[in-house]
Amino acid sequence: MAANPAPALALEAVGKTFTMHLQGGLRLPVVHGVTVRVLPGECVVLGGPSGAGKSSLLKIAYGNYRCDEGHVLVREPDEIVDVATAEPRRIIRLRRTTIGYVSQFLRVIPRVPALDVVIQAAVEQGFVPDDAATRARTLLARLNVPERLWTLPPATFSGGEQQRVNIARGFVADHPILLLDEPTASLDARNRAAVVDLIREKKDRGVAILGIFHDEDVRDRVADRIVDVTRFASAA
Amino acid sequence: MTQDLPLLSVRRLGKSYGARTGCRDVSFDIHAGEVLAVVGESGSGKSTLLNVLSTQLAPTTGEIHYRMRDGVMRDVFALSDAERRFLLRTDWGFVHQDPAQGLRMTVSAGANVGERLMAVGQRHYGHIRHTAVDWLGRVEIDAGRIDDAPRSFSGGMRQRLQIARNLVTHPRLVFMDEPTGGLDVSVQARLLDLLRGLVADLGLSVVIVTHDLAVARLLSHRIMVMRHGTVIETGLTDQVLDDPREPYTQLLVSSVLQV
Amino acid sequence: MNAPTLTGYNFAYLDEQTKRMIRRAILKAIAIPGYQVPFASREMPMPYGWGTGGVQVTASVIGPQDVLKVIDQGSDDTTNAVSIRAFFARTAGVATTTATADATIIQTRHRIPEAPLTDGQILVYQVPIPEPLRFLEPRETETRTMHALEEYGLMHVKLYEDIARHGHIATTYAYPVRVAGRYLMDPSPTPKFDNPKMHMSPALQLFGAGREKRIYAVPPYTRVVSLDFEDHPFEVNRFDKPCALCGAHGVYLDEVVLDDRGGRMFVCSDTDHCGTRQEQGHRGDLSTPREGSAA
Repeated sequence: MAANPAPALALEAVGKTFTMHLQGGLRLPVVHGVTVRVLPGECVVLGGPSGAGKSSLLKIAYGNYRCDEGHVLVREPDEIVDVATAEPRRIIRLRRTTIGYVSQFLRVIPRVPALDVVIQAAVEQGFVPDDAATRARTLLARLNVPERLWTLPPATFSGGEQQRVNIARGFVADHPILLLDEPTASLDARNRAAVVDLIREKKDRGVAILGIFHDEDVRDRVADRIVDVTRFASAA
Repeated sequence: MTQDLPLLSVRRLGKSYGARTGCRDVSFDIHAGEVLAVVGESGSGKSTLLNVLSTQLAPTTGEIHYRMRDGVMRDVFALSDAERRFLLRTDWGFVHQDPAQGLRMTVSAGANVGERLMAVGQRHYGHIRHTAVDWLGRVEIDAGRIDDAPRSFSGGMRQRLQIARNLVTHPRLVFMDEPTGGLDVSVQARLLDLLRGLVADLGLSVVIVTHDLAVARLLSHRIMVMRHGTVIETGLTDQVLDDPREPYTQLLVSSVLQV
Repeated sequence: MNAPTLTGYNFAYLDEQTKRMIRRAILKAIAIPGYQVPFASREMPMPYGWGTGGVQVTASVIGPQDVLKVIDQGSDDTTNAVSIRAFFARTAGVATTTATADATIIQTRHRIPEAPLTDGQILVYQVPIPEPLRFLEPRETETRTMHALEEYGLMHVKLYEDIARHGHIATTYAYPVRVAGRYLMDPSPTPKFDNPKMHMSPALQLFGAGREKRIYAVPPYTRVVSLDFEDHPFEVNRFDKPCALCGAHGVYLDEVVLDDRGGRMFVCSDTDHCGTRQEQGHRGDLSTPREGSAA
């Protein structure tokens, strides 16, 4: 993988400004001129204090926030897609096949059991249900989600349990690019270690990772490079 | 494969009632399996749009093309009445906010589900009933209720029955007008979850009109925000809801407690 | 049977202009078998529900040489039949009969005679509700469109409901038919027992609905098929016993209550048919010995 120098994900001169029309059109510049390239098998960590725009950058990379300036180039086998300008349905396909995203919070769907939440994520990426189920079980076990919870909807789980289901969902598929927004935030040491192992395995398989980790210990164990976002701060 | 041809293609669609505008200059495509939510407040023109899209109202301007089952794009307003009505009861579905509008309240649940099958020529009672039982199960209605009239059903059950009645012919495009509108919150959640599963399993294309952004978030891939009859913002659902650009959309999103 | 003809009325009561209008409707109805043709139904000297549609049709097709028979539920001697027969005897001076074979025009309410009809005969049905889809679709505009586009699935919804509720198609009268492979038609409230008689009948069948202002027709030798399901095929009513008076099998029977202790018998609904058979010497279980033949 290292022989291939082309980035899997490249943010090129990305800029973002929020305009708050409800506050009289107040403009909130977030970042400007951000260029970050992530190679396959590489884990790039966004650094900087809260409010520097780290999460916004991940969301822009995922297509969740609009990209006001620049490009977000995602490499697929046959083409390079610019998330900044792609059609919605192209982005939806990217999310299915190429970009995975693990947020800090699990957006639960009522009534769907934890195991199915994870299986669905794998099925969406094209795994046959049996393989998807095997992968889902393995992951939930590795993340120490008690088996008695698997058949229950995660809505009633503790924050940590929900977060681990969320991580399982994000890691179960084989997305070549993963965006991780503080996946270890509410986890204990044992589960943090489990997540670190998972991230390392993804890297070994050539997955390009762009992430935010406040926990220095975790960050040091997974990061290849740290990009300080404060240097891209917009001049207001 | 005709995968890259849209299923429904709408261009510069407008409907006015004399001097009053219902909707105007609406253009979009829907591809197979896509769910488009049309959001906006009462009077924004979203219901007018839905009625024009489903050919229940004739447009004042613009065109709608639909990819028929034979792969050919046809102007839906150039179809003969017979073709159009056939389309409406086979390849299209329409889920009304008020199930009483979409159901025959005086005939049994089984006949409500079976009607479309009989309309397309099925003449085997046993098969029709078998299919009806199957669909009642898929919308979580106990098979024992098959011979009961929907009058005796709760609001949520009626709505689920209406959905089964529409989906029994495996339509490719379903229009929904505030399908969770008149329901209790807990009943809404169940219905949404059911709809979400059916839409994904059947690969349905859906145009859903709703004022409830949570419904749009849960069900749709794309969103179209309407105000005063025009589309003011459109895009990926989570993008529009999480990073709204237009002042009105920002107001709409900020007016919701939590989505 | 001829009564003195009333003076002061046009032949057969209706004026010639009205008859011409009705004949045009009838011709159109014959040209489009099973299609309901609107017509300007007139006020008749009898209430709606007493056969005003049938009377107007009969008045428009009857001529001085015709021989008229009128039956009500198969019977020649009930009030409705007697008064309509008398009406035409007095306003048209035509001959009347109770014998099916002798009649050129038979006006009927709710039955088709048991004796097979023949070429040249006209059967005129009195129709209360001509629209078979009315049961499920109250909008006239919608039912007209359904006829125009041949969208008849809804009729099967009613039959489905029958089977779902009763285990079989429980509709026993006004049983819907398709005429000449095209129009869905209500045969008027005849028992479904009579439906097969409509199929390929040599007689001309005309249907008049006075209140609803519709005329429709089945020309001679036209296919008339009763709707059904593949696994619940159409069947005529069956009777366990023959007629108690004439012993006939395969005819439509009416139940007659004999006393207040549950005594009853089943007899031919077609009184002419029953009487003719008895005259020919046929006997049923409960027939009284003929006068003079008893010991």
